[in-house]
Amino acid sequence: MADALHELSAAELGRRLASGAFTSRALCEALIARHRTLNDKVGAFTHLDQADVLAQADASDVRRKAGQGRGPLEGIPVGIKDNIAVKGQPLTCSSKMLAPLVSPYDSHVAERLRAAGAILFGRLNMDEFAMGSSTENSAFRKAFNPWDLERIPGGSSGGSAAALAAGLVPLALGSDTGGSIRQPASHCGVVGLKPTYGLISRFGLVAFASSLDQIGPMARSVEDCALLLDALASADARDMTCFGPSGRALTPAGDARKLRIGVPKGFLGKGVATEVAAAVNAAVEFYRSQGCAVSEVELPSADLAVPTYYVVATAEASSNLGRYDGVRYGHRSAVSGTPVEMMTASRSEGFGPEVKRRILLGTFVLSAGYADAYYVRALRARAKIRAEYLAALSGVDVLLTPTVPTPAFKVGEKAADPLQLYLEDVFTIPANLAGLPAISVPCGASGRLPVGFHLVGAPLSESKLLAAGRLFEDAHGYAHQQAPL
Amino acid sequence: MSQAPSDWEVVIGLEVHVQLRTRAKVFASSPWGFGKEPNEQVDPVVLGLPGTLPVVNREAVEKAVLFGLVVGAEIPERCAWDRKNYFYPDNPKNYQLTQKDFPVVVGGRVEIELPGPSRNVMGEHRFVRIHHAHLEEDVGKLSHAGGGSLVDYNRAGVPLLEIVTEPDLRSAAEAEAFLRSLVAMLTQAGVADCDMEKGQLRCDCNVSVRRRGDARLGTRTETKNLNSISSVRDTVLHETARQVRELEAGRSITQETRGWNAELARGYVLRDKEDAHDYRYFPDPDIPALRISRETVARLAKQVPENLYDRQRRYVEKLGLPYTAASVLVNDRALAEWFEAAVAAHPANPSGVANLVANDLLRDLSAAVPPIPLSACPIRPASLAGLVKLTDEGVISKQQAKEVFAEMFSTGNEAAAIVDAKGLRQNSDTGELEKIIREVVADPSVAKSIAEYRAGNEKAINALKGPIMKRTQGKANPGLVDQLLRRILG
Repeated sequence: MADALHELSAAELGRRLASGAFTSRALCEALIARHRTLNDKVGAFTHLDQADVLAQADASDVRRKAGQGRGPLEGIPVGIKDNIAVKGQPLTCSSKMLAPLVSPYDSHVAERLRAAGAILFGRLNMDEFAMGSSTENSAFRKAFNPWDLERIPGGSSGGSAAALAAGLVPLALGSDTGGSIRQPASHCGVVGLKPTYGLISRFGLVAFASSLDQIGPMARSVEDCALLLDALASADARDMTCFGPSGRALTPAGDARKLRIGVPKGFLGKGVATEVAAAVNAAVEFYRSQGCAVSEVELPSADLAVPTYYVVATAEASSNLGRYDGVRYGHRSAVSGTPVEMMTASRSEGFGPEVKRRILLGTFVLSAGYADAYYVRALRARAKIRAEYLAALSGVDVLLTPTVPTPAFKVGEKAADPLQLYLEDVFTIPANLAGLPAISVPCGASGRLPVGFHLVGAPLSESKLLAAGRLFEDAHGYAHQQAPL
Repeated sequence: MSQAPSDWEVVIGLEVHVQLRTRAKVFASSPWGFGKEPNEQVDPVVLGLPGTLPVVNREAVEKAVLFGLVVGAEIPERCAWDRKNYFYPDNPKNYQLTQKDFPVVVGGRVEIELPGPSRNVMGEHRFVRIHHAHLEEDVGKLSHAGGGSLVDYNRAGVPLLEIVTEPDLRSAAEAEAFLRSLVAMLTQAGVADCDMEKGQLRCDCNVSVRRRGDARLGTRTETKNLNSISSVRDTVLHETARQVRELEAGRSITQETRGWNAELARGYVLRDKEDAHDYRYFPDPDIPALRISRETVARLAKQVPENLYDRQRRYVEKLGLPYTAASVLVNDRALAEWFEAAVAAHPANPSGVANLVANDLLRDLSAAVPPIPLSACPIRPASLAGLVKLTDEGVISKQQAKEVFAEMFSTGNEAAAIVDAKGLRQNSDTGELEKIIREVVADPSVAKSIAEYRAGNEKAINALKGPIMKRTQGKANPGLVDQLLRRILG
């Protein structure tokens, strides 16, 4: 039996752990064994502290035996993206800059997971400082798409998505600033949800763009995703932008057959691959067949989303990443001189090219004489986009589009053209700019490569998104899929 | 240094950075205070560890609001923070959280008192307008030692209120008077301790000069980081003289940022306009704009103490105090309240109470080794009032009061108890005194003095008082003795 544990959903693992079919230690040992044989191929994890994992598993088994189990996640491993602080574990953001850093504190979500009895399982690979859409920007190792190891898993939460698709872990945390949960979920055939801005505390999430960043759950099914989301969301006084859930459980709720679905006009036009368009159209037809009202909606400022995002996100990033200077922690250059010379050398050596590109871009758009033309205008565009989305979502419950225009590309294929890479996020970025919840659900394939569709809802409509995803998932065979490795 | 020649006018504006009196830092729960080991008062938020976030300390905001109410400012319903980005190792995040566009305090004014022609005469009063005051975080301290650099982040994140004046000050004396008044207001309201030796108040000083009568302001220089009132005064004097010298020589003033070396008493250029930083300000995305409810403002308004100069006017006009005593008392709220408690116990003679408090009490408190703070004063206000009352009622003489005061200060005992224990109570029994006086007057040895007195020599009467005091062991009320003696001698 032990060799098949990696195929089970988190919900099923929870039921079997509760029934005493196996222990958390047995589950973790099985996943560690699988990690040993597959992680080199997939590159999903950058670090796995086996002794720490087994100690957590043993503690969970003791609790369960004593009748002090902490709920449905008790004893279940959750992979953690390497930009989320876990006390005593590395916190590198896949950057040379933070390679020596071990976090002295727990993020809010790490505390929540511990309180739920979950096992904090390893550090997941990512694009450096969450900047990228392919995990090619990791300073340590590339991650690969388990469905085709020559291709990228997406990014920046590429390690999280690849680990799920490869059966290395049943649940994972990602973070999403412009699509970093949903785009890799789509490319790897898993479910990823970016919550409403402020639902989950960012305390302990290494900031990329503070006004856009959210931690979110990733899993192989909508049900598992909901399970993890419910454990993560709670108010936290340490994040002034976090208000937490409104009180209701964050589970699929309501009759998804009554949802009004909006399809933005022209979204399936230029740039969307034929197979992607076909799979997403089939999803639209599925909902229509279930009784959902489908209508076309106008989002006239949608084209502004990508440029707006690359101004706002890089501006905030240029400031957020200022603290990495070699003075207090992280990489310090061997170059000596004045403190400022040391800081300059440390930053030049510690950051990779994509991070430098975005810091420079962000510094430029905030500079005197340019801020009004770029940053201030971007804030206006952002407000306009948010207003249009909220207006559209007053007439429909969810907006449906592809998650990504094309399936996963080959490693290195777009490395020379950052602008092409930035367009990967054209469907996902507006939800971040508007602070709205969004989910990517697998809905088909282009050859071997998974394709997902994307739902955006009004603030705090996570339950609707989950219900819609669940309806689709139950009627199709895409959930719980793992790549044949 | 001389003042500016009379055909030049100096225009001064100050930016005063004050560390607020709070338990915790402004965006972190770490405590702060003076005299700790380096990097003892830090936590992940103070150090700017990856993933940490600022949380606004309500206490710091309320202290800032309280300051605003003290100076009669507007408290906008909404304030917000911005990031000021610059790289320096004393700055843990390489940006400073500050309030650029929506400060917590807008407007207001501070009353100042200029030095009078002499210590005993009150000088002119004026108002200095406050442009705004905003809340920000202090930075760490960098020191260079042994070829390396060391940084202490204990000070990083300490709440700072930056108080920005309008360019209303016209002399070094005015700048000095403003700072003294500001410090008194801040400390009396409990907003800040303003201990300059601990760096709790630092000043940036903007100075320009113009020909008297000229409506346009001259080019200004800004001297940064002055940590004492005397440094501000000296900077103004030197900078005024330097600018006048330059302009009179036909040169122009460069807009520049300057430093001040207090040891050498010399200013120097830090950077000129071309090297000015581009701070790339933008709204901080981690701190939502803060609403300050009118209920909070109303609650804090109740904590505003009586204005320093309103109190001074009340002491002079209503209590009849001399200016000198009033000005000493009002400078320290605790002292003024101590004084008022004493007056409440003996309302008949505020000046008598003020005299003892402002002179004897303050002198003995500060002369003690180590000096005794007022809070540990061995004499209670009501006890001091008791002493004044005994003197006013003629129970003891003014001379005896000094002796009793000294005894009260060293033992903490009540005045009446000391008077009784020492047998100092003056004899005011008219019948008994009259009997003694008649006996003394009848003594032939004083006949000559009596004759001289009756012949018009006023002073001759004093020769009779000695034997009377001797007979009463010094307890006779001197006034009563004089009165009775004159009546008996006719």
